[in-house]
Amino acid sequence: MGVTPLTDRALLFVTGKGGVGKTTIAAGLARLLANQGKKVLACEIDAKGDLAAAFEVSDVGFQPVQAAGVWLMNMDTEASLREYLRINLKIPIVGRISPVAKAFDFVATAAPGVKEILTIGKLCYEVREQHYDTIVVDSSASGHIVGLLAAPQAIQSLVKVGLIRSQTDWMSEILSDPAQSGLVVVTTPEEMPVSETLDLAKRVADETTVDLASVIVNRVLPERFTPTDEELFLQLSSEKNIAVMNKIVDGDIQEVLGAAQLATTLRRNGTQHLETLRHGLSSSTPILLVPYLFSRTDGLRTTSQVAEHLAEELE
Amino acid sequence: MTARTKLDSLESLLSTREVIIACGPGGVGKTTTAAAVAAVAAANVGGNVLVVTVDPAKRLADALGIKGIGNKVKKVPKSVFTDAGVEPRGTLSAAMLDTKESWDALIDQHAPDEETKAKILANPLYQNITGRFIQSHDYIAMERLYDLHASGKWDLIVVDTPPTRNALDFLDAPERMADFFSSRLLRWLITPSRSSLVGLATRPFTQIADRILGTQFLADITEFFLSLESMYGGFVERANAVQQLLGDERTSFLIVSTSETVPLREAEFFAEELAKRNLDIGAVVMNKVLPTSLSNPAVNDLAQEFIDQREVISDHLSHLLKTDGARLRRVLTIISESFDDFAVVARREALSRDRFSRGDAALIPIPFFDHDIHDMAGLLELGHSMMGRKN
Repeated sequence: MGVTPLTDRALLFVTGKGGVGKTTIAAGLARLLANQGKKVLACEIDAKGDLAAAFEVSDVGFQPVQAAGVWLMNMDTEASLREYLRINLKIPIVGRISPVAKAFDFVATAAPGVKEILTIGKLCYEVREQHYDTIVVDSSASGHIVGLLAAPQAIQSLVKVGLIRSQTDWMSEILSDPAQSGLVVVTTPEEMPVSETLDLAKRVADETTVDLASVIVNRVLPERFTPTDEELFLQLSSEKNIAVMNKIVDGDIQEVLGAAQLATTLRRNGTQHLETLRHGLSSSTPILLVPYLFSRTDGLRTTSQVAEHLAEELE
Repeated sequence: MTARTKLDSLESLLSTREVIIACGPGGVGKTTTAAAVAAVAAANVGGNVLVVTVDPAKRLADALGIKGIGNKVKKVPKSVFTDAGVEPRGTLSAAMLDTKESWDALIDQHAPDEETKAKILANPLYQNITGRFIQSHDYIAMERLYDLHASGKWDLIVVDTPPTRNALDFLDAPERMADFFSSRLLRWLITPSRSSLVGLATRPFTQIADRILGTQFLADITEFFLSLESMYGGFVERANAVQQLLGDERTSFLIVSTSETVPLREAEFFAEELAKRNLDIGAVVMNKVLPTSLSNPAVNDLAQEFIDQREVISDHLSHLLKTDGARLRRVLTIISESFDDFAVVARREALSRDRFSRGDAALIPIPFFDHDIHDMAGLLELGHSMMGRKN
């Protein structure tokens, strides 16, 4: 039995240590799926506006808006609760400051797992209702993702009866099914992100039922020099040869060579960390590489480039 | 409002402040920066310096020469400094923030009697709240800071803030905690249950809540807050004291970021919010700054000249290097392309740094280190580079 490919799953959570480009990858993934003709919802959990920026739109809210072929929304647990009450209990709650909503917000703050379950609940609801072909979730950073994915179990252990309890069963079913849901961990070929990715992979396996669908390594420096080229480059960097070149260009060429030295060192360090990652992960976990983009700006252009690189990797 | 003296260097910041809080987006090297600041303060400025970290990174413990960092304060042996070739003027200690342990200690401190304490610790919600409740992590970080500062043992405390979803969470945590415990809503939720559970069940909110969450869960919540009630006064008082310390003139914030778009946007937002709260931004530390030569127009001209002259260079050097001209020209082309690649990024990042509005706080650029820091020498190298001096 083959593993369901990343692009065929209905619900993809994207996470990663801060600073690795989690949102950029989530946006690229959403764009790639949209390019394949799918109806895609991309949802940002933290609501910092980074996902919206990756599609160059502002003011994204709970109601999805379309940009560059992708539907975008920001998670808002209070809106999620109101939607839930309206659909399930036929309780219309209008206005933000309704006392019931306020009281619930209070309980949600005090009781752990409530905000998480409202987030997971909304996402699973969209999967169940099949409003979209795929949902890409720009989730919380790696420190909080386990709490989010394990929210149904947490609720089940705390809440013994009631509507929420029975609701968590079908959510668990969707999340536990590797044909429907999966987690994508984004990392960079650096020491800390790689070690955090390996820790997270273990925690996800131990504490959640969600399948680790893929690890995406972002900002991989391209290999420019062949080994013999690199040898030649090192010889070229000797004092004597630099002196020859300095004379020809009439300046300090070391400043120019420095960039290639930096690229070579970083590339070499990165290769080591990639090896650590490969050894630490189960051999069945696909690893996709996205190159370092030497681009002038971030935004839709970067998102499209990431989508193209991901498409190549998935071929 | 307190008038503050603006300081133009990290050194003066380190010698006049008692608390320095390193904050900023995740993944920018905040923990390492905080450790480097503390190390250099102990080495060059003197006094008893403490670094409080939230990151249990083994590498950092190794760099500090201590076997793991726990919730208890651990002193960094002097030999760790002398091995790095530095005779420290002061001392350095380190402590990690363990949320669960700190909460337990807090309950222990504030609980009026053993029975209440046992009741709280046994409540199923307690474990969840202390382990998962995000704000509880932020709150406890600030609470711990207050405790350490009040102990009077430290001349300088450098705090590495927890990675938060929202950079503001830990700033507002003490206030929110105070609001939370003194809120009318909490009283309203708790009071009827004391007189009668039936009374509670007739309220419209509880009717809905009951259908959704179940009575048992509500009862658990209520019981938990009831047993905490005896401690509200202590919590609120402490939260206010922590708030006071954050705004004190002896406290400064160090915003740590990189020049990349996403972290920088977050750092800028953070700077604005600190300013709004009249909290002092001591400096903005910019990590991983690419060599300035990359964005220097003269060096860019030189790179152009280099590629224009590649035939001449290859003629001069190919026989010396015992290689054919085509291969050498290819290597020269790759060098030139690498320069152009990084120059694009360096120019973009330089522009972002220039546009970064930070009020009158100093910007401290830290060059791109091509190696990971794993010893005291590395931390001091980073610290000295921040102070703008050589080892």
